Amino acid sequence: MSEKIKIKIDREFCKGCGICIKYCPRDVLDESDDLNQYDNHFPEVVRSERCISCRRCELYCPDFAIEVKEEKE
Amino acid sequence: MINAEMIKEKYVRNHPSPFCPGCGGGMVLNAMSRAVEKSGLEKEDVAAVSGIGCAAWIPSPHWRVDTLHTTHGRAVAFASGIKIANRDLEVMVVSGDGDCAGIGGNHLLHGARNNIDLNVLMVNNGLYAMTGGQVAPTTEHGEETLTTPHGNPSSSFEAAEVVKAAGASHVARWTTYHMDELIEEVEKAINTEGFSFIEVLAQCPTRKGKKEGMDGLDMLEWYKNNTSKEKDRDKLYVGTLADIERPELTQEIYRQIEGFRGD
Amino acid sequence: MMNPGEYFIEGNIACAEAAMKAGVKFFGGYPITPASEIMNHLSDELPKVGGRFVQMEDEIASIASVIGSSWTGLKSMTATSGPGFSLMQENLGYAVMTETPCVIVNVQRAGPSTGQATKPGTGDVMQSRFGSQGDYEIIALSPNSAQEMFDQTVRAFNLAERYRTPVVMLADAGVGQMREKVTIPGEVEGEERKRPTSDEKEFFDTDDEDYVPPMPDFGDGYELLVTGSTHLGDGTRDTASFSAQDRLVRRLVAKIEENRTEIEDWEEHHVEGADLVVVSYGSMSRPAKGAVQKAREDGKDVGFFRPKTMWPSPEKRLKEIGKNSKVLLVELSLRGYRMEVERCVGSEDFYVHDRLNSLPTIEEVHQKIEEVLR
Repeated sequence: MSEKIKIKIDREFCKGCGICIKYCPRDVLDESDDLNQYDNHFPEVVRSERCISCRRCELYCPDFAIEVKEEKE
Repeated sequence: MINAEMIKEKYVRNHPSPFCPGCGGGMVLNAMSRAVEKSGLEKEDVAAVSGIGCAAWIPSPHWRVDTLHTTHGRAVAFASGIKIANRDLEVMVVSGDGDCAGIGGNHLLHGARNNIDLNVLMVNNGLYAMTGGQVAPTTEHGEETLTTPHGNPSSSFEAAEVVKAAGASHVARWTTYHMDELIEEVEKAINTEGFSFIEVLAQCPTRKGKKEGMDGLDMLEWYKNNTSKEKDRDKLYVGTLADIERPELTQEIYRQIEGFRGD
Repeated sequence: MMNPGEYFIEGNIACAEAAMKAGVKFFGGYPITPASEIMNHLSDELPKVGGRFVQMEDEIASIASVIGSSWTGLKSMTATSGPGFSLMQENLGYAVMTETPCVIVNVQRAGPSTGQATKPGTGDVMQSRFGSQGDYEIIALSPNSAQEMFDQTVRAFNLAERYRTPVVMLADAGVGQMREKVTIPGEVEGEERKRPTSDEKEFFDTDDEDYVPPMPDFGDGYELLVTGSTHLGDGTRDTASFSAQDRLVRRLVAKIEENRTEIEDWEEHHVEGADLVVVSYGSMSRPAKGAVQKAREDGKDVGFFRPKTMWPSPEKRLKEIGKNSKVLLVELSLRGYRMEVERCVGSEDFYVHDRLNSLPTIEEVHQKIEEVLR
């Protein structure tokens, strides 16, 4: 990930369905070992450098739990 | 720019939702919100009407517009009253397959016949989910559900084809796998003067998926592999089924009223 | 719309004209005997005064469209008879729960079921009060002439807007389809619903003394949450908590109950100290009143009492009457209002003259009066 892109995962909203992980075309995300308050494995950013900010994760997340933020220089 | 942050801020409320993990309901909410944003409509000009069932909870209380959460099956009828009373409102109806094509089937038919300018999203998960997974008018022949434990002795009907035959201006079918196409189709529906009906196949991992060993993601993949944008006899067609011009009820009513105004 | 003046018209036409005078701007309905004249007339006249008329696919859709319309700020109504009124019950409860002002005219006919479509009856009195599921109170009016079809229709709209509630006009085929002289006034007193005044956010709860919260319209930008599920003051659904159910349902009931002295209306003559008071309503009250007059001409001390609001019933007044006089209920059904009147006046010295299919002669009721007084 260029330093300008940040992926924000809302653990309170995430239900651990794994759709974002599967539909990321660049394999940026992976399932966490930790559990959130609902006992769900939320996604973790594991290959941040690969993110191209295509926002497929935002489009497919059923719970508005993931946001891609591009910070302007 | 349309992104999750602004959609969440502007259109979404009362989250996290009570929808099950992997449920398609939130994806429909996302698609509707993006379509409204793309269309350039002001939020206060949008009214959302729903009936009873999981799909009815998509707008109420989760969509940040005026919402009318009504009785089972009657959303199209309530919505017709809103539209005829105030034609400046863009009226969306979100209804499950049982709500829309089962108990509300007659209102659906006559909404289409009237070609009243509503945008109906029939969120089709193939059964009655909220009550435990009973057979619906959209359940395939032979399929096992809570109330067809020996297989569905009845058969399903193609709601979209029925609505098309009844005279709706705009009819389409998509799935939650087809998010881009769905957003575009809802925007088209908004811009159509007439009855728009979009069947959205949406996954129910809890009542339907579980008995078939699938989670929400598996069901999205199933949609991907078993639908086609081309007419293919082995796959379910997704795309536009009808796009015609016909007189629209609200405009006809207003035309008559205006005819009596002495200018 | 008719000019002010005197006309010789059917009660149903008077009802339609009154609705327009009261400012109705939406009618959604479905044909049914003996109420159709209301919609027939409005289909012709309403568009001329800028109102929307729509014939829906059934009565369920009719009342649904009326409720939808009311949420855009329009005075809205439907009209039907027993079979259609039965179909409307679920959505009538929805209007109660969501506090949606609307008027439902039920021109009652002889039931049960399809019964006798062209014959009058008053068998829907209890249904109008108890027909939808759950605990609630409602307002129901009872006209007994074509003139009252006019006057009470106006009042029905005013009560609906004042108390943010559905109001049922319990007419019957007798008054609906009878032609008689009706005076149409130039203007009528019109009530408007309570609107939000500032940046209020609660449209489903209030601390106001009248129990009526303000009601905005769809399109005003309030991002309204309207639901038939139990809800909090801001409209958010709460399907589980004790406090939400308790606060909402108690207020909905109190809204009618605590305002009943303002709502209740009746006609009475020679009731004080009478040996016998004849209680009657609707078209049946006319031969009943005639019989009372005849008995009085004979020197009998007989009074006459006619509820104009069936719900809330004139409970207190009926109780007073029951304490001091014998009561004879004269009604065009076997079970119409009987339980409520008997509850108020007591079973002792309570008599009933019931009749089906058509109005009795004055002589028939008079004979019953003599029998009771004997």
